[in-house]
Amino acid sequence: MKLLRNKVALITGAGRGIGRVIAEQFAKDGAIVYVNDLQMGDMDIWTGECSKLNNTKVVPICFDVTNTVQLKQNLMTIFREEGRIDAVVNNAAIISNQKLGMVTKDLLQKMYSVNVFAVIDMLQIASRLMARTGGGCFVNIASITGVVGSPGQVAYSSSKGAIIAMTKSAAKELSSMNVRVNAVAPGIIETERFKELYESDGEKMAQRISRIALGRLGSPQDVANAVSFLASDRASYVSGHILGVDGCASI
Amino acid sequence: MNNVEKLNEIFVEIFSCNVSELKTEFNKDAIDGWDSVRQLTLTSAIEDTFDVLLDPEDIIACTSYNAVIDVLRKYEIEL
Repeated sequence: MKLLRNKVALITGAGRGIGRVIAEQFAKDGAIVYVNDLQMGDMDIWTGECSKLNNTKVVPICFDVTNTVQLKQNLMTIFREEGRIDAVVNNAAIISNQKLGMVTKDLLQKMYSVNVFAVIDMLQIASRLMARTGGGCFVNIASITGVVGSPGQVAYSSSKGAIIAMTKSAAKELSSMNVRVNAVAPGIIETERFKELYESDGEKMAQRISRIALGRLGSPQDVANAVSFLASDRASYVSGHILGVDGCASI
Repeated sequence: MNNVEKLNEIFVEIFSCNVSELKTEFNKDAIDGWDSVRQLTLTSAIEDTFDVLLDPEDIIACTSYNAVIDVLRKYEIEL
């Protein structure tokens, strides 16, 4: 049987990149998937193809996760359409690197608004809808930088550290509603952004790869596999856990 | 069952009270056991029954029978 058969899932920030790969994996695993991003882009094309390919429903849904009114409206739309929400993957994030001394208040506010405040908002709203149908789960996307830190990433890593702390607290608070909360902490993942960085500073990146015990970069698919597992009933006794998907790296 | 009856039923179930007690004085300070957990149980039941999602500010404001009515009216529930 497919891992997520008949589950209804919302994945934020999934128009492209790792979020899109997670959405595609959820569809392969049999879930009905709502794919959120700020703008439609080419979502209507690939979600349509993904629906046909996997014989399920993959629906693009555009809204700003930092806008509570839009968030509530869209969660209610999904809930009324499907009768439940089983899983939410909080993937939307601003990723930006600055050395200390160059971290502006404006950037911090934007980053925390998406990476932290919107996730708390999602937890406190979507969990109540999950509770109406007996429970559900959240998978938050953290980062290895939130666990071990990283130079040039004080702003970003601190927002991901917040994700880790909120995952653990929310898991405890929502357990009575049968809502599980876990996080995946990816290491160095071979995304388009990584390739850009690699092109500009190949030596530095090669050094980083050399510190990955498994000897290779992670792929978006590695992350998607972990997220799918945590969203599935196979992880029904797993909550408050931060699952590293980092090839045993020390960055 | 009309909306007032539905609301009263929620209060009766959560606070183990009589419908006749549900008036202005039925508030957080006057009722034993009206703590934050009970308040969240109350607002969750209200959300389920009336198919709404309350804002945190409205959940916090639900500290009396009358306040709950005011909040529900804000969500266009006729009472």
